[in-house]
Amino acid sequence: MKKLAILAAAAAFLGLAQAPAVQAAEVPPVPSRDWSFSGLFGTFDRAKQQRGLQVYREVCAACHGLRLVAFRNLSALGYDEDEIRSIAADYQIEDGPDGDGEMFMRDGLPSDHYPSPFANENAARAANGGAYPPDLSLITKARKGGPDYLYALLTGYQDPPADFELMEGMYYNAYFPGHQIAMAPPMMEGSVTYADGTPATVSQMSEDLTYFLHWAAEPHLEQRKQMGMKVILFLLVFTGLLYAAKRKIWADLH
Amino acid sequence: MSGLKTNNRAIKWLDNRLPIFSTMNHHLVDYPAPRNLNYMWNFGSLAGIVLVIMIITGILLAMQYTPHVDHAFDSVERIMRDVNYGWLIRYIHMNGASFFFIVVYLHMLRGLYYGSYKAPREVLWGLGVIILLLMMATAFMGYVLPWGQMSFWGATVITNLFSAIPWGIGDALVTWLWGGFSVDNPTLNRFFALHYLLPFLIVGVVFLHLWALHRFGSNNPLGIDAKGPQDKIPFHPYYTIKDMFGLGVFLIAFAAFVFYAPNYMGHEDNYIEANPLVTPAHIVPEWYFLPFYAMLRAITFDISIPFTGIVLIDAKLGGVLVMFGSILILFLLPWLDSSPVRSARFRPLYKQFFWLLVVASVVLGYVGAMPPEQPWVTIGQIATAYYFAHFLIVLPLLGKLERPKPLPASISEPVLKGGGQPQGAAATHKPMEKA
Repeated sequence: MKKLAILAAAAAFLGLAQAPAVQAAEVPPVPSRDWSFSGLFGTFDRAKQQRGLQVYREVCAACHGLRLVAFRNLSALGYDEDEIRSIAADYQIEDGPDGDGEMFMRDGLPSDHYPSPFANENAARAANGGAYPPDLSLITKARKGGPDYLYALLTGYQDPPADFELMEGMYYNAYFPGHQIAMAPPMMEGSVTYADGTPATVSQMSEDLTYFLHWAAEPHLEQRKQMGMKVILFLLVFTGLLYAAKRKIWADLH
Repeated sequence: MSGLKTNNRAIKWLDNRLPIFSTMNHHLVDYPAPRNLNYMWNFGSLAGIVLVIMIITGILLAMQYTPHVDHAFDSVERIMRDVNYGWLIRYIHMNGASFFFIVVYLHMLRGLYYGSYKAPREVLWGLGVIILLLMMATAFMGYVLPWGQMSFWGATVITNLFSAIPWGIGDALVTWLWGGFSVDNPTLNRFFALHYLLPFLIVGVVFLHLWALHRFGSNNPLGIDAKGPQDKIPFHPYYTIKDMFGLGVFLIAFAAFVFYAPNYMGHEDNYIEANPLVTPAHIVPEWYFLPFYAMLRAITFDISIPFTGIVLIDAKLGGVLVMFGSILILFLLPWLDSSPVRSARFRPLYKQFFWLLVVASVVLGYVGAMPPEQPWVTIGQIATAYYFAHFLIVLPLLGKLERPKPLPASISEPVLKGGGQPQGAAATHKPMEKA
């Protein structure tokens, strides 16, 4: 009874936190992939992140914002100051008011954040047939399944099954809840041309983009995991010493 | 107790005028504790340490946080991205809430198993229940502050519960709680103010809790009173080192979550900014509220006078009463349990029912995470029924029906002889008080 209860409690605790907010329509479980950032020693992959940034810039940015990321943050991807300056200068940022009280546009600076493609949610919906393209700054943390889900979604466009009724202007996606997604398949083979010669297949671009967006969502991931290793190693040794001290102190009682 | 021993004249001078050192010595150093406390007695001091961790990280977060509906979400993200070690402070605070409940739930289960709530410790137990209620209010309001989707909709669902109060009071009360006609900026502002205030009230009640504890000292796994100095050992160094070791083990588990699974116990939707126009598919509270959420939803029927159709308590009010009742009933526990024997070690039947209560609570937690559909509704109702029956029927009857095993003559006897069975040779043990 007691063992059973403890087992049940442990299982429930591990299961519950992730507790299934069961999807209304059944969506196949997202296949899990090996990411260089998972695991105890996980790190990002700079080359993939840089290619992912290119995919975001040339494909996603037309509809999706990235408002929590500043250009200066791109130094984490291996860009130097001049490169970041020139990336930022490609964007026009509204500034002001100037001396006459007018707002004006200027080239982006490293301290600016990515400008969003639409002024507000209503403008975004009006331009996208009523659908709202979400900001991507936190997307891998804001969806169940995280990076695995994002990759599955991007590569999950298919022809609908024969008996599936697809609404006007919607697309069939194997992994989107309810399977009807308003976003057209965003990428096809060769949507971008990678400078390093990597073939731009849909799965390659999806993977690169996921690397980039997971960094955007969790920029301190590498620092967190490296610090965690030191903290836990220290605690293991320290707790071992405490246990030895406890044994020694209690020895005269037993 | 021997009192404060020091040759430092400054300490002597101060202590004579304000006996702060001798008080600390009395309560933390010389304080006599039963010699047989097991590791389940670690969770009290652990809860105190987690409270301190939460207050320190919380104050640091408050320095960077903006309690305004337009800025709250972004200010939290700014902490996560731009504030030095902000991600660390916030992940400690986030996961600290979960670990606080883990520690406190284990602390309560220990109290239930070993009968720590029984005379003369009823007030000590009641103060603990007050701490639990304050913790729940604090955690709920804290979860609203990042102003994500679950923050907003959780706040909407829970504050709406008060509208179940009849006679026209409920709706007015909800408007008053919100400071408007929906969860909005005034709500966020007052939740922030209260979230900052309540932990200090908890600190105050913790001191009362300790005051009541030190009146009679800790209960122990045998549940019998100490017979003399041979049954006790000074708190320092024995329990200070044992608590330190327990703290080390706790910190390893805590660090594993903070550094390697910081969002495991959170909900994805809270990384989406609050939007009053978009309702999440399933609104679920944090895991530590799930059993209570399940009890809230277990009452799916009106309670009416038979054959008349007059509804006394509608399903919503019934659910609210059951949910709050599930905690308030704990205040009565010392008087509902009719057995004079404290420890479940000597109560063969109670031990079974105790684990049944644990199973019911875990089942309720699971049901709370499920959508309100069959078979979860019925399972939740059965578990809720058992939860209340445990306190209202089983415990009052058990004291009369159960034949407890014979109690040992003293604490030191089974410790020295090994095993819990009573033995005749109680007089042969030597006094073991630490010099």
